[in-house]
Amino acid sequence: MGMTITEKILAKSSGKNIVVPGDNVWLDIDILMTHDVCGPPTIAIWKKEFGEHAKIWDKNKLVIFPDHYIFTQNSQANRNVDILRQFAKDYSLNNYYDVGTERYKGVCHIALAEEGYNLPGIVLAGTDSHTCTSGAFGLFSTGIGNTDAAFILGTGKMWEKIPASIKFTFNGTLPSYITAKDLILKILGDITTSGGTYKTLEFDGEVVNSLNMDERMTLTNMAIEVGAMNGIIAADNVTVNYVKNRTDKEYELFFSDDNANYFSTYQYNVENFQPMVAKPHSPDNCDIVKNVQGTKLTKCYIGSCTGGKLTDFEAAAKILFGTKVKVSTFIVPASTEVANQLDNVTYNGKTLKDIFIKSGCIIAQSSCAACLGGPSDTVGRSVDRDVVISTTNRNYPGRMGSRKSEVYLASPLTVAASAVTGVITDPRDFI
Amino acid sequence: MEKIINGKAFVLGDNIDTDQMIPAEYLVYSLTDNEESKKYGHYAFSSVPLEKSGLPKGGIPFIEGDNYKSKYNIVIAGNNFGCGSSREHAPFALQKAGVKIVIAEAYARIFYRNSVDGGFLVPIVTARKINKEISTNDNLEINLETNVLKNLTTGKQYKLEPLGNVLPIVEAGGLFEYARKTGMIKQN
Ligand code: SF4
Repeated sequence: MGMTITEKILAKSSGKNIVVPGDNVWLDIDILMTHDVCGPPTIAIWKKEFGEHAKIWDKNKLVIFPDHYIFTQNSQANRNVDILRQFAKDYSLNNYYDVGTERYKGVCHIALAEEGYNLPGIVLAGTDSHTCTSGAFGLFSTGIGNTDAAFILGTGKMWEKIPASIKFTFNGTLPSYITAKDLILKILGDITTSGGTYKTLEFDGEVVNSLNMDERMTLTNMAIEVGAMNGIIAADNVTVNYVKNRTDKEYELFFSDDNANYFSTYQYNVENFQPMVAKPHSPDNCDIVKNVQGTKLTKCYIGSCTGGKLTDFEAAAKILFGTKVKVSTFIVPASTEVANQLDNVTYNGKTLKDIFIKSGCIIAQSSCAACLGGPSDTVGRSVDRDVVISTTNRNYPGRMGSRKSEVYLASPLTVAASAVTGVITDPRDFI
Repeated sequence: MEKIINGKAFVLGDNIDTDQMIPAEYLVYSLTDNEESKKYGHYAFSSVPLEKSGLPKGGIPFIEGDNYKSKYNIVIAGNNFGCGSSREHAPFALQKAGVKIVIAEAYARIFYRNSVDGGFLVPIVTARKINKEISTNDNLEINLETNVLKNLTTGKQYKLEPLGNVLPIVEAGGLFEYARKTGMIKQN
């Protein structure tokens, strides 16, 4: 019996020739990523458990991005960043991307890609559930808690149970009004928020191969929304070219065998797909946009590691060009690199930034911002009974701030179309 | 690990995500400062919509007034308990509020790992939807040697799934204790 790409990567990392789902193994971690919310408690556990003179197992493999609570007056949130800064100084860390400096990047998952940490074939653990995003590069990546991260910080190791894989194959030609966000919302509607628990989601097919890295990251980003351990897309030329532009580090490519064993497989033809939305208050409460068309909105939000990449803003700009938004619309670039791209990338002769400003959007600084609510002064945070449509990944009660608010999740095209009309709108009305 | 746990049930439904357990805005509090970290207990389950808090009737807050300890030390839940973010603050908040054990139909992976590896609480699985059969405020007795839950209020008994692979970690009290016991890392 052959192995899946995930099984092969985990076999290598655990020093075995063969692994099968259910095996318990100890993995060698290639990259440990943390941020301002979980970094400080991770460091505290590590010091407590390994002593004041604790050693970091491999400084070059530790990457820290402050990104969650950045532009806030909240003193406890700022204290967290101070702790990271001091830690980076005390241990002379190379891979710390401090806020307020040229090095500041923004949302960790996108920054990992941009800074060349996402190498095919590696094992990457991060103290953030959306660490699964990196799997778009043909690597194993998963979210962990502070205790596991502290253990890795001291030993470089983590225990894991080998997951069974579910394969999603997308074929056909992607209609212009369908994005990766619609594909993953379709999956969420089909298998629910627990349908992938302890499993791998493997994506393939001609549609996936046609997607750029931004769009692939949208697919793997939301693997955690079905409860999956990781999401993965085997590397191809698109991946290799992206990585080549970011780093000259070496890596190994892995592919699933033809006779690999899958827990289940799903085949989709995308040609009849319709724009999708997840209704309040769960990412699997999915429907086609048409069925909620006309729902009155108070806020629109385009941002986060799911929907705040260049490709997301290019999609939104196509619709927002030459229009005026009817409700408060927030543009939150995931990273500082994406923010710079808004200044330079053009559509119809105008920069994306120009298009957004002219249409009345509010452009915020790169960070997680209101994707997870955050302190009360967070830009874009939902208040009171806000009805929001957002390109983010979760709409559980209170996720974007107010517990009374209602959040719809959709593609950047759908959010932009809805911003122009002030009610939930199918992007086909504009394309 | 305590083998017999007695206490009062607090019952919840399916898909209680980590934002409902401890809303993101409170993640700024210190987990190590004993006084400040009580806030985690105080805000535990504070984003569960009130009508779904304390089933079957709902409307029962998990924490009363200014307290940081709950009068409930056993949580009974449905499917996919702990879905959402990786925040270890979630099982920590439940522990801080006095929760010893959770019994649910199924758990999200990261929450389950965090509960076990951090030694915060014991996550037990049952094949049945016991959150439909147990009411908030029922008095329960859980025996982790025989894996039986007795509802002292109704007199009914339920079989629990054994802990399986993670039992040694739970018994040791967390990942670090386990690793020391097995010689993976040095004694402190
Ligand atoms: S943008 Fe949102 S989902 Fe992504 S890492 Fe930040 S808080 Fe998490």
